[in-house]
Amino acid sequence: MQSSSEINTISKRAVKASGYTWGIAEDVGKSISSIEMFGIAGVKNLTSYLKLIRNNKPEGPKEIKRENYLNGKNLCPIYTGIKLIDDYQLVDETNSLYFLNVDYPLLLLPFVSRLSYLIGKRVGIAIDQINVECNLNICILADRQIKTSVIQKADTFSINIIENLDSFSSETWNELYEMSSETFVEETERLKNTAAGAGLQDND
Amino acid sequence: MTFSVQRRNPNEIMKLNRLGCFHQSKLSFLRSFIREFKDWRFKNEIFELDEDGYGTAVYSVSNRQRTYSLICYANKLDDSERSDRVIATKWDAAFVIHDGHPSKDDIERLRNNVPKQEVGRCSFKELALSRANKSVRVFNHVVESLSSGKQPDKELLNNVGYLYRTTAVYGSGKFGLADRYRIKDRPEINGPFRIEMMLVYLVRQFTFDQVNHIAEKKNPNNFIKLDIDLSRQLGIGNSTGLGMAPFIINHPALLHQWIYVREEALKQIREIKHVTNNELGIFKRCLEFSEKNIDNWNTSSQFQKAKIKQLRQDIQKFESEYDLSINDCEYFWDKTYKWTEENLSYEGIEYIVSLMMEPYDNIVSHLVPQMSADEDQFFNIPTERSTRELKEIIEKSYPNILAIDFSIKKSNENFWFISKNKEEPRIANRFEEDGSQLEQPLAIARDIKELYNRLSLDKNQKLSKFLENNNDLRHIVRRCYVVEKLPYAEIQDNSIDAELMPIDMLRLKLSFFGAQKFDPRSDKWLRICMYQGAPLMHEINLSNDTWIYN
Repeated sequence: MQSSSEINTISKRAVKASGYTWGIAEDVGKSISSIEMFGIAGVKNLTSYLKLIRNNKPEGPKEIKRENYLNGKNLCPIYTGIKLIDDYQLVDETNSLYFLNVDYPLLLLPFVSRLSYLIGKRVGIAIDQINVECNLNICILADRQIKTSVIQKADTFSINIIENLDSFSSETWNELYEMSSETFVEETERLKNTAAGAGLQDND
Repeated sequence: MTFSVQRRNPNEIMKLNRLGCFHQSKLSFLRSFIREFKDWRFKNEIFELDEDGYGTAVYSVSNRQRTYSLICYANKLDDSERSDRVIATKWDAAFVIHDGHPSKDDIERLRNNVPKQEVGRCSFKELALSRANKSVRVFNHVVESLSSGKQPDKELLNNVGYLYRTTAVYGSGKFGLADRYRIKDRPEINGPFRIEMMLVYLVRQFTFDQVNHIAEKKNPNNFIKLDIDLSRQLGIGNSTGLGMAPFIINHPALLHQWIYVREEALKQIREIKHVTNNELGIFKRCLEFSEKNIDNWNTSSQFQKAKIKQLRQDIQKFESEYDLSINDCEYFWDKTYKWTEENLSYEGIEYIVSLMMEPYDNIVSHLVPQMSADEDQFFNIPTERSTRELKEIIEKSYPNILAIDFSIKKSNENFWFISKNKEEPRIANRFEEDGSQLEQPLAIARDIKELYNRLSLDKNQKLSKFLENNNDLRHIVRRCYVVEKLPYAEIQDNSIDAELMPIDMLRLKLSFFGAQKFDPRSDKWLRICMYQGAPLMHEINLSNDTWIYN
């Protein structure tokens, strides 16, 4: 078994050797080791992608818009991922984004996972028919088996920022709160005077 | 008003000619390893060597919760095959630290891999890997002496200082070993390189057991065991090359923690108002006993000889000219430190700084647990910030580097690369050798200066915008935000300058390991000794922390 540190280092070097800068290679090394820890086939997808671009110059979006695509060319998942995390505030404001014709879209997942951490919100993703959710770079959930997948291309890779809303009603919350309050002690007048630090009037 | 001392200025301390004068101290990892593990149970579990000392041995270190084991594989090696260089493929012995008690299957699995080192594979159940070669001259002399019923020549042992020297110690995910994150929350290894220090300590014991065993087999009727006091005065040698140098550049948060802790210890000691006679007594004893270590510091390196000479002169000057009595003096250590700054060279100053920590378990014990770092915490670039802020960070954090003229050849002379043959770091002259197009991102000073120049030409903008056209400097932008938070994270020198002395980088790291007797063999590699004077395995629980001065 390769260690996480080996996956990081070897991925970084391979990405640099494929023409990316050292700084971007550092980001990819970390990304691949992180999705491998989530159980997703980062090494396989990266290796296939780097072979694909041997004779093609990869490109990403020049700027982040609601709909992102290149004329006559697929989007590079690495440059697209870097742009996503560099422009994370803009992505958060834009809320819903689409990327058309993305090569090896699973390589974008670790960047979206980091994006989720940077904006402090869950991020929903649709890779064509596959639905994925990134949760603050803690876990990646998918509605179908993607662990061993190598996906060569997504027609549409959509990103939807999930606002931090409760998943329950206020009634449910109140019921739970009532149960929790059974751990509290009723405060008598005497306790009000003696059980806390500050005075009842602190006007001085 | 409270008397307050500032920690020393990173722009002065982080210069290589200063870092290359650091000495072992109470903070050093091999000393903190012994403090941490002295109450654990050390045991030889398996010792299956033939009459020539070849075979397998296992040593365990246990407490109620956990066991670590060293597995040793000793193999026959022709003299013609023995080399300390990283290009070697065979060694006298190979070692691995296994997490727990190894099964027979584990021992057999590792037998097929550990002796191969870089081309073998370990698993997540193994934590550190190493190999070592005999000091043939000393080893054979000891075997001959013991088997003849005599103790070996003490002077020879003192001059060399070890029976074996390791030529590499690998950990943290190398060659399939467990990643650091798997074990980092274990309290006993909450300090850098604890497992590696454990490996070296146990290897030292193996060398004594092996030499006694061979002597016994050679002459069962007349042999005697190596004297305990002689054994204690032997450590483990280590040959160290350039591999260590990029480590301290590639781990800026960790480097910061090491230096920060040292500087914080010095600050707290200088702020002590009343120094007791007992505390001063400990300092004086350590100073006196440490001079023996300086006298036994042998090297053929002219560079190192000059440094040792300077250190001797500094210590003599300190002892003869500085009044080492407290009387009613307040802030005695602050006064002492200021005197060293005014009167001694860097060698002497840093030596006295190390010794000043000796009386203060209470200060050091709180700081040692802070000597680890999580580099990942500082990985994300805050791209929402402005380029003006970034420029200001550079001006504040890198004044020495901004003063370097990179238009001259000398400033750009070297490049760092990874050798295809051994996948190890190397340095070469970019104007004479091929390969500089594959340069590693270790020319920090040059790239900082380039970043600063580009920022100076650009209008103020968001960093995310700046990176669109400057991603070739992304690695260096990331570092600037590390240094902003962690001021001791960066070496304030040019790592590709013609006058660079890589051994200064090695010595910095090795001083934190607790190495002694730095013996440079060129400007790119050196030999050291570890654990000389340390308690032996059977007496570790009785040891005191000043064994290094014994």
